[in-house]
Amino acid sequence: MTEETTRTLEDEANARRRAFAMAAAKQQRTFRIKVAIVWVCIFSLLAVFLGFAKFDWGWMRENAATILKGAWVTLFASFCSIILAIVLAILGSLARLSKNSIAYGISGFYTSFFRGTPLIVQIFLWYNAIPQVMGNVVLRLHLPGGLYRASVLAPILAGILALGFNYGAYMTEIFRAGIMAVGPGQTEAAEALGMTYRQRMRRVVLPQAFKIIVPPTANEFIAMMKDTALIGLLGSTLFWYDPFTYGLNLGTLASRYTEGLLVAASVYWALTAILTFFQTKLERRLAKSSARDQVDTGASTSRASRWFSGGAGGGSGGGAMMVQLPKVDDK
Amino acid sequence: MSPGAPVIKIEGLHKYFGPLEVIKGVDLEIREGEVLVIFGRSGSGKSTMLRCINFLEEPTDGTIEVGGIRLSGGHRTRRKREQIRQLRIQAGMVFQEFNLFPNMTALENVMEGPVTVKGIPRVQAEALAREQLAKVGLADKAEQHPIRLSGGQKQRVAIARALAMEPKVMLFDEPTSALDPELIGEVLQVMKALAHSGMTMIVVTHEMGFAREVADRMLFFHEGVILEEGPPDELISNPQHEQTRKFLSAVL
Repeated sequence: MTEETTRTLEDEANARRRAFAMAAAKQQRTFRIKVAIVWVCIFSLLAVFLGFAKFDWGWMRENAATILKGAWVTLFASFCSIILAIVLAILGSLARLSKNSIAYGISGFYTSFFRGTPLIVQIFLWYNAIPQVMGNVVLRLHLPGGLYRASVLAPILAGILALGFNYGAYMTEIFRAGIMAVGPGQTEAAEALGMTYRQRMRRVVLPQAFKIIVPPTANEFIAMMKDTALIGLLGSTLFWYDPFTYGLNLGTLASRYTEGLLVAASVYWALTAILTFFQTKLERRLAKSSARDQVDTGASTSRASRWFSGGAGGGSGGGAMMVQLPKVDDK
Repeated sequence: MSPGAPVIKIEGLHKYFGPLEVIKGVDLEIREGEVLVIFGRSGSGKSTMLRCINFLEEPTDGTIEVGGIRLSGGHRTRRKREQIRQLRIQAGMVFQEFNLFPNMTALENVMEGPVTVKGIPRVQAEALAREQLAKVGLADKAEQHPIRLSGGQKQRVAIARALAMEPKVMLFDEPTSALDPELIGEVLQVMKALAHSGMTMIVVTHEMGFAREVADRMLFFHEGVILEEGPPDELISNPQHEQTRKFLSAVL
């Protein structure tokens, strides 16, 4: 095949690809426009009904900034909780997969209890039960009183612990599935190299499992962010007002009950929208990194023979491979 | 190459999977520099025996000795786990399904053992790894991830990865069975060169051409025992057992 015919073949294929890509893009555009229209319709309907309800829009505008400040508490609590949850999920899932009876037993109890009781009950237990138990333990065993005082948790701390332990139990199952999805061949290859359990996990299994785990974990994070509102039920101290408590309390004080909650809801919704945006981006990036799809088979046989001839060189063998179609989309 | 001292000694090896006895008493010695080819029907226990050598399968009974480390199956205490690890460092393994680490480039795959297991500084390990990759003819693929390599290239990286640990013996578990026919040659070529360089090798394979060319000794596995053994020319052209004859006529 001459270089010229190769060139024309390439051009034709490129043109075909471009036409397909354009048709697909157009289809996607019209779909997006339709979806946007649906959203506009829903919002207009909502606006009509909200208008009937005669809400005090002025009050909402005046208090929005204050309620919005609670978003910092939401973000702080959800970041702390997710970190705790991730640590617990790693430990829990490794224990779930281990042959050690003690580790297996503890993690079994952990997931069973924390998935088996309501989150709101757990939040109150962290806040109320722990000081009560600690107080009696301190009395019985004649321990220093400081232990009791330390067990009286600030609402925000009790809330973070409760959310972290609860979500950690659910995420244990996610992590376990992710680790199991890394095939046994990987473990065997690492073992055959002489790696210890720790090295195997840290270098081979967990890095691969994390790719699988990240999307559902981001999902859990978004869900958890909204559950931080439950911490407000413990009664917040001066510095720890979340949007829900702000909205509820300010609204109750001014007899603008629904208005306060509506503003709080919009704050959570906005936070969720922002986080979802980042989640989508993250997932796209992960998908891209695992889809290096083109397999290179070019002129490999001739390279094996180089061991015998001794040279290294730059592999200029496969000139006939020019027909490979370059991609027109992305990048 | 005249065979030297024994590198691997297997004595009275038995392996059960539940009630099923897969290996029914195997005694075997492999000397330094020897190339041993094991063949036999699937399910005859040849792969299981190979995997017992580096304790990827737990021997039910019998002892395994590799490079002076002598071990038998049973409960893995902390000390025993460490001994198994030391034994595995002596024995490089190449799998049918390659099992490269997809989260690392070819170079990082080869560096992984020396850096993580042996604690060799990265700079030195990289030089070592590049040398090994050049030996298998893949110097220019060092920065590629396995997903971008063909099956033959993957298997050659896997060989380089095992060699980078400078093992006393190499174990090959059907290294070409998962490959497209046109890619088998490049892997066999690398293995032949390795054999000629004096490496002690145990190869489970049905590639009779390869066996005839480089094997010092061949074993025919049948229903968990070594039914027949001998130099390749003798065994292939003049098998003593009916089962061996049947099998050979099927693969040749």
